Amino acid sequence: MKSKGVRIAILSGKGGTGKTLVSVNIASIAGKSVYVDCDVEEPNGYLFFKPDNVREEIISVKIPVIDEDQCNGCRKCVDFCKFNALAFIKNKPYVFEEVCHSCGGCMLLCPEKAIREQEKAIGKVQVGVSGNVRVYTGIMNAGEASGIPIIKNLLEKSILDNTFPVFVDCPPGSSCIVMESIKDADYCILVAEPTVFGVYNLSMVYDLVRLFNKPHGVVLNKCLDGENPAESFCVENNVPILGRIPFENNLGSLNSNAKIATRESERYKVLFSSLLETVMKEVLHETTINP
Amino acid sequence: MKQLLILSGKGGTGKTTIASAFIKLSGAKIYADCDIDAPNLHLIMAQNIEPKRTAYFGMPKAEIDIDKCIECGLCKEKCRFEAISNANGFMVDPYACEGCGVCEAFCPVDAVSLKPAIAGELVLYADENKVFSTAQLKTGSGTSGKLVTEVKRHLRTRASPDTKLAIIDGSPGIGCPVIASLSGVDMVLIVAEPSISGINDMERIIKTAETFHTKIGVCINKYDTNLSNTERIEEFCKENGLSFTGRIPFDPEAVAAINNGQTIVDVDCPAGAAAKEVFCNTMKLLFKESNAAET
Repeated sequence: MKSKGVRIAILSGKGGTGKTLVSVNIASIAGKSVYVDCDVEEPNGYLFFKPDNVREEIISVKIPVIDEDQCNGCRKCVDFCKFNALAFIKNKPYVFEEVCHSCGGCMLLCPEKAIREQEKAIGKVQVGVSGNVRVYTGIMNAGEASGIPIIKNLLEKSILDNTFPVFVDCPPGSSCIVMESIKDADYCILVAEPTVFGVYNLSMVYDLVRLFNKPHGVVLNKCLDGENPAESFCVENNVPILGRIPFENNLGSLNSNAKIATRESERYKVLFSSLLETVMKEVLHETTINP
Repeated sequence: MKQLLILSGKGGTGKTTIASAFIKLSGAKIYADCDIDAPNLHLIMAQNIEPKRTAYFGMPKAEIDIDKCIECGLCKEKCRFEAISNANGFMVDPYACEGCGVCEAFCPVDAVSLKPAIAGELVLYADENKVFSTAQLKTGSGTSGKLVTEVKRHLRTRASPDTKLAIIDGSPGIGCPVIASLSGVDMVLIVAEPSISGINDMERIIKTAETFHTKIGVCINKYDTNLSNTERIEEFCKENGLSFTGRIPFDPEAVAAINNGQTIVDVDCPAGAAAKEVFCNTMKLLFKESNAAET
């Protein structure tokens, strides 16, 4: 049975429903814990944690470089590349770095060994400390297409931190990049807001977590009095509701100023502690019956 | 035809709310939802038309013929995406496979082949008056940029020579779907949110959009939830020479309208009134000749 080193992913489908709010606040009260921001296109967690002692590593991918003198113009590489990242124009080979997937095929196939690989920086990973929380942040450079290599690096690094609970703040959507972020998760928290948009996108991530057989539950955020379409979705589909976060100006204001609510207010400390307790109970239950 | 793209960087700032209001106000006959990873525009803008759905094929996926496989392990060794495992015979994980074809090229016994794979669905709502192009990426799929390009291609092929305006709802983030949506548009309207996260994300999406040399306008949604951050955004726009097109207040009536399947300009509410002003300013900017903008 896993207990200390459980990995919990927080996702939502729709953006702006409160993934970072939930991740940051439950990580901050989980004793010693690890927070991993996989939303590498728009990372926000570090704005809340403001970590100290930050170490940084540049993340790069491999891009082919063609030695024109050695190239015999056979076009094997151009014909092979499924991503159209190579072209032969006016008897000269060209590489379009933005669309290259770094599969290495062109280099392996070149009969003249005219292709080698060169590192190209696409972003960075930062590790720092904020109170009891070790904070991992992935930041993709503007203009890059895919942050997946950064997410892979983040998850590999944070998996070494396996003595403490790990909270993985995922990107929005339900595509490959979200899938990568939840791959090693023991449990998924879906954060939903009470709008028709929120519910539609909730149903998409709900499909995703079921596709990967991940135990999961829902946190209802921005709750107001009256009917909550996200809650109705959970009831209809028999999805456990882990907790409710009320729509409150005070919480909104703390959050919009990048303050960690549990560190500022006793009331929110109690609210998120009770949410964390419910989550941990669910996680232990799931990892016991499904180790 | 002028193309207006609505982006935000951060999710949930109100892109679709603004896009749907703009479509209503402009009477745009041509519009699209490029947030193919979590589309929502159809929830309020789909007319009573049965859409035409076509399968979207992304990259092919490798498949290993177990009968031919001699278990040499070369495919697994060469795969950079860790897509091939060997538990009960060699197998490809279709979610990890990017369709590069290295395994196929190196298999000594031709046991690997690339098979076409459906990665989503293109959806087109069209009648004699309107065209609405959208799509839905299959759960867990990649190649989202390519699907966005298809959504926009559908839109363009349906535009007539006298079409003046197309409105495109974008996706959050700054990665491949956003980059694909940016190509060829005339202007980007950024919907900012007055939070520290929102400001940080806005600066990143502006940096990304600037590489495309399109016009950029910024408006603020839910501006009254944090007035000092709202001022910071307006100050940022001034300092960086970005056109500011207005503020929209937080408005529970707007939320209610959306939940009723209406746009915020279909009901009489403060957010709707403010959206009208933002719309006018945005249109002025979009249709202003670029050389006039220089003076």
